[in-house]
Amino acid sequence: MTGAVLADLIAGRGAGPDGYVRLDVTSDIWTAMAEGCAAGRHDLSALWADQSRVRMALNGEGCRAILSLRTEDGAYPSVSAHHAPAMRLERAMRDLHGVRPIGLPDARPWLDHGRWPGRESAAPYDFLRVEGDDLHQVAVGPIHAGIIEPGHFRFAASGETVVRLEQRFGYAHKGVERLLEGADVARGARIVGRISGDSTVAYAWAFARAIEAALGWSIPPRAVLLRGILAELERLSHHINDVGGICNDASVLTINARCTLQREDVLTVAAACFGHRLMMDCIVPGGVATDLSQDGISRIRGLLARLEETRAKVLRVYDGLPSLQDRTITTGIARLELVRQYATGGFVGRASGRAFDARKSFPYAPYDRLDFELKTRMGGDVDARLQVRMDEIVESLGMVRQLLDRLEPGEIRSKSPAFVAGEGAALIEAFRGDAFMSVTLDGAGRLGRVHLRDASWFQWPILEAAIEGNIIADFPICNKSFNCAYSGHDL
Amino acid sequence: MRSFLLDALRRGTATVRPPAPGPAALEELAKALAERARQRLGRSLAIREVDAGSCNGCELEINALNNPVYDIERFGLKFVASPRHADVFLVTGPVTWNMREALLRAYNAAPEPKWVVGVGDCAANCGIFAGSDAIVGPIASVLPVDLHIGGCPPAPLEIVKGLLALIEKAG
Repeated sequence: MTGAVLADLIAGRGAGPDGYVRLDVTSDIWTAMAEGCAAGRHDLSALWADQSRVRMALNGEGCRAILSLRTEDGAYPSVSAHHAPAMRLERAMRDLHGVRPIGLPDARPWLDHGRWPGRESAAPYDFLRVEGDDLHQVAVGPIHAGIIEPGHFRFAASGETVVRLEQRFGYAHKGVERLLEGADVARGARIVGRISGDSTVAYAWAFARAIEAALGWSIPPRAVLLRGILAELERLSHHINDVGGICNDASVLTINARCTLQREDVLTVAAACFGHRLMMDCIVPGGVATDLSQDGISRIRGLLARLEETRAKVLRVYDGLPSLQDRTITTGIARLELVRQYATGGFVGRASGRAFDARKSFPYAPYDRLDFELKTRMGGDVDARLQVRMDEIVESLGMVRQLLDRLEPGEIRSKSPAFVAGEGAALIEAFRGDAFMSVTLDGAGRLGRVHLRDASWFQWPILEAAIEGNIIADFPICNKSFNCAYSGHDL
Repeated sequence: MRSFLLDALRRGTATVRPPAPGPAALEELAKALAERARQRLGRSLAIREVDAGSCNGCELEINALNNPVYDIERFGLKFVASPRHADVFLVTGPVTWNMREALLRAYNAAPEPKWVVGVGDCAANCGIFAGSDAIVGPIASVLPVDLHIGGCPPAPLEIVKGLLALIEKAG
């Protein structure tokens, strides 16, 4: 048997208001579905521990499910024994929740560095051995040269060529899932908005949608449109900044100056319209916290025109600099098979030809009624990741214009219905890619298990593979083209 | 490339006027800094930024200090890669247990005199993460902090005001 098919398993079962079919499974079915992931029949979207159960979110062709398996005193059959992309997830589950994935191929800790009070360990982290003539190691981080988040990269190199990169993360681990447990919904929304400050809008949206699904909470039409505007502004601010950052790592400072100036423009407009440069706490369960004034609408329209001009000019300069393209084309190639295996989302997946975008693949309001295209490239290199961002900027500009055109006066937030015990999930396309959120709630409105899986979980491992055979000096530009989350990953 | 230059000429300078140093920052620093340090450094400070466990929100705004609008190098403030070159540690986040040692090592690698500036609410009081068992505490629980710049995250101009106060007192 090479793995069961998700559609067969859930045939005839109704999905919840969040689009997920939920079912309890036996360990045989659990393992068959893990094998199905490995066989490419469906994608692993998330894997987490929830008290005495382990849970697996799967994406199939037009269908989604959350499977639950009761553990035997914490033990359950490992998913990564069959499907490698689950490896880091299961290592993190062991560290944080004490579950025991039986058959886990890599039993090293992941987020636990042996520093947490009460469970200190002096055992050094066992990096994978690389053996061969003339190999040397280069250790980078957790503190990097620039102003970026902490993480460790261990390179094994032959001369200048990278033979293997091994990543180690967890430095920014703040115990957010434990902090969320028992919090009320309002506090939960504030914590979630600070798991990864760069994706604060997307995470807040995912949390709000999961809560709203759990409670059957409907939100006003104006709020739906405003959420779309907030999320696309967040995406635009990062995409244009990343383009500049990639060029900066190839020493083309003029493009970076122009792009950072454009990013500043987005944040200034966001602050004027919504009261916060990064738009933190703007999306809340039930709607949005800040309304957009008529003046705000014209500010955003002006911004869109400037962004369009900047994009066109930057692209023209990029296209006219062969020495810059020499650094980006064929550098850091992420292969399509690997991207498919890992169900890698966002611009990393799309730049290698994987046509997945939560806004299109599992459309949620307002994207279900917007006219836009899912853009892919085939190169899989730094250039393709830059070009996909450029393509997506055009799409986002179009989306914001459509959303602004459709705004009608009205409420922006609806009252919370009475609390009932339940759960909800959401898959939101953050600027990096699809972010999965699952929430359980008790009858008093207290959060139970909240799990967030950032797109980076399935992007970081691809970077390890993409850098192989490149020179170490090209790592910064490759890393920038991925721009994965550290805090969003470390939780 | 020419179009960038033409735009710059047509639109004029994007850089904002320097703000006055933050009064609260001046007061906090007056207590922290000695005359000796002022004489040693002149009006220039090398800054090593360390993310001790932040959510990346503060990093986004600190990065913005280098954009043409804030252009922080015009004040003699420069971000450096090595702690060996640093006069100032700009530290964000609550300190996680997993970052504590790296933060201490970087700090200890810097020559005296040196200052620590905590950026963001988390740096001052752990912000929303207060009470988590995965964090040591605010920056002051690990390093001697000379100045706090509050906000979640503080806007770039607020960070500039705090750093200008540091130059005024230390530089």
